[in-house]
Amino acid sequence: MAKQKTSAIIRRQDRIAEDIYDLRLETELAQQAGAGQFVSVYLPDASRLLPRPISICGIDRRAGEVRLVYRIAGGGTALLSGMKAGERLDVLGVLGNGFPLERADGKRVLVMGGGIGIPPMLLSAKMLQERGRALGVTAVLGYRSETFLLNEFESVCPVIVATEDGSRGSRGNVMDAMKEHKAVADTIFACGPMPMLRAVKKLAEANNMEAYISLEERMACGVGACLGCVTKTVGIDAHSMVRNSRICTDGPVYDARDVEI
Amino acid sequence: MNTSVTIAGVTFKNPVMTASGTFGSGMEYSEFVDLGRLGAVVTKGVANVPWPGNETPRVAETWGGMLNAIGLQNPGIDTFMKRDLVFLKDYDTRVIVNVCGRTIEDYVEVVERLGDEPRVDMLEINVSCPNVREGAIAFGQKAEALEKITREIKKKAVQPVIMKLSPNVTDIAEMARAAESAGADAVSLINTITGMKIDIHRRKFALANKTGGLSGPAIKPVAVRMVYQAAHAVSIPVIGMGGIASAEDALEFIMAGATAVAVGAMNFVNPYTTVETVRGIEDFMKEQKIEDINTLIGCVE
Repeated sequence: MAKQKTSAIIRRQDRIAEDIYDLRLETELAQQAGAGQFVSVYLPDASRLLPRPISICGIDRRAGEVRLVYRIAGGGTALLSGMKAGERLDVLGVLGNGFPLERADGKRVLVMGGGIGIPPMLLSAKMLQERGRALGVTAVLGYRSETFLLNEFESVCPVIVATEDGSRGSRGNVMDAMKEHKAVADTIFACGPMPMLRAVKKLAEANNMEAYISLEERMACGVGACLGCVTKTVGIDAHSMVRNSRICTDGPVYDARDVEI
Repeated sequence: MNTSVTIAGVTFKNPVMTASGTFGSGMEYSEFVDLGRLGAVVTKGVANVPWPGNETPRVAETWGGMLNAIGLQNPGIDTFMKRDLVFLKDYDTRVIVNVCGRTIEDYVEVVERLGDEPRVDMLEINVSCPNVREGAIAFGQKAEALEKITREIKKKAVQPVIMKLSPNVTDIAEMARAAESAGADAVSLINTITGMKIDIHRRKFALANKTGGLSGPAIKPVAVRMVYQAAHAVSIPVIGMGGIASAEDALEFIMAGATAVAVGAMNFVNPYTTVETVRGIEDFMKEQKIEDINTLIGCVE
């Protein structure tokens, strides 16, 4: 189905941790959405022109619902966090390529999320389990201090937790927790801050693992036209003919070997 | 009811075009809009060879607008002709190719390559991108330099030539006259206005390039004023753009003297803006019982 800008209805919105909000939208986009994809959310303020790209944390196709869990990062998302059930919200979607779940078939998989990179990994873990072809799925989650979505992850797969302040699980980041638990895998799916994704790329390359990482960049159009959100690629990109790939369209998920981050 | 306009002998079914750089070559937005409803697709700037563009972040939102410093990333003329022009072949709309370069020779090379392409109806010469250091803007901020490049391009161009003007000048009328005197068939304006945004929490520039081009509704009054001034300075047609979000905005530009208009940054905000603008102009004409859109061009008093 083609991408579209559509008017969604807010079913509910809850604050689930400090500055972290859980937004449920009634929208036909639920029928097409997949793990690792995102939608762009327009704000109810004409002075804020550009939609905010937010990864999809959950989909309920029967209920026609898309779930977004986001962090307040500025004035726009602060405005979004104040919106209530019943209000309408314009969204553009479904955008991006998503995680290649089939690459986990017959493999031991680590689903890694750091900070606000955690929400899309919940949907990824769920869909991997539903697919049922991975040899095992383990989640590795890194928080600053306060956890969120943790119970839901625990109902899906075994979970390794790290917190920067050591208040829960291993002290440190996801990489520290992985080492501490001697977690092994053939394939990694990851989303999180750039230093984490760099570490995942390095780890995968050193250990001959496959890693698929979800990148983030400032976006404008979200559909591949403006060339705002590019990442450096190792080889010449087939679309751009230079070493730049459009994260919104050709990503946000990349084989870690293909990008220079 | 006639909505068609003519520029340098090329007739457009309606005056609504896309602004270069905001619409790719139409491929991405063809998922949202019927390109056949548009007066023209104006493509993203293309150079003689692929350009990598600037570092990221390349875009930032500002009040009622946005800054961009893409740096004219483009796949080069070979890929453009093989892929983008072939894609556009199937659509019943005019095609205007935006051309960029670092030297006059770069521009001329692209212009010559496009010369025997029947799918290209017009050329728009980008001498006004504020985001690349060499070439481009250097030709667009001094009247003599603008005249020189216009003349060199006109010597080789098969299709009619539109010079796209920068608003980052003291006297837009002088620049429009320079383009006209050197043989330009039309001028388009405005390109983006150079701006800057600072993230006070990180004490860093919002854009890797430090400065970027401001576009969106925030710049519209500046653009309408400049279109009005340019239209009064020259007798060649003017194509107006800068923050157009609706038919009302488009009609402002037309009444200020624009023969055609282009939708730019607002494509990012509402991917249907172009066709909604076409429809809105038709509705306005019906309501006001206007037989011919050409009677509205420059009608402001």
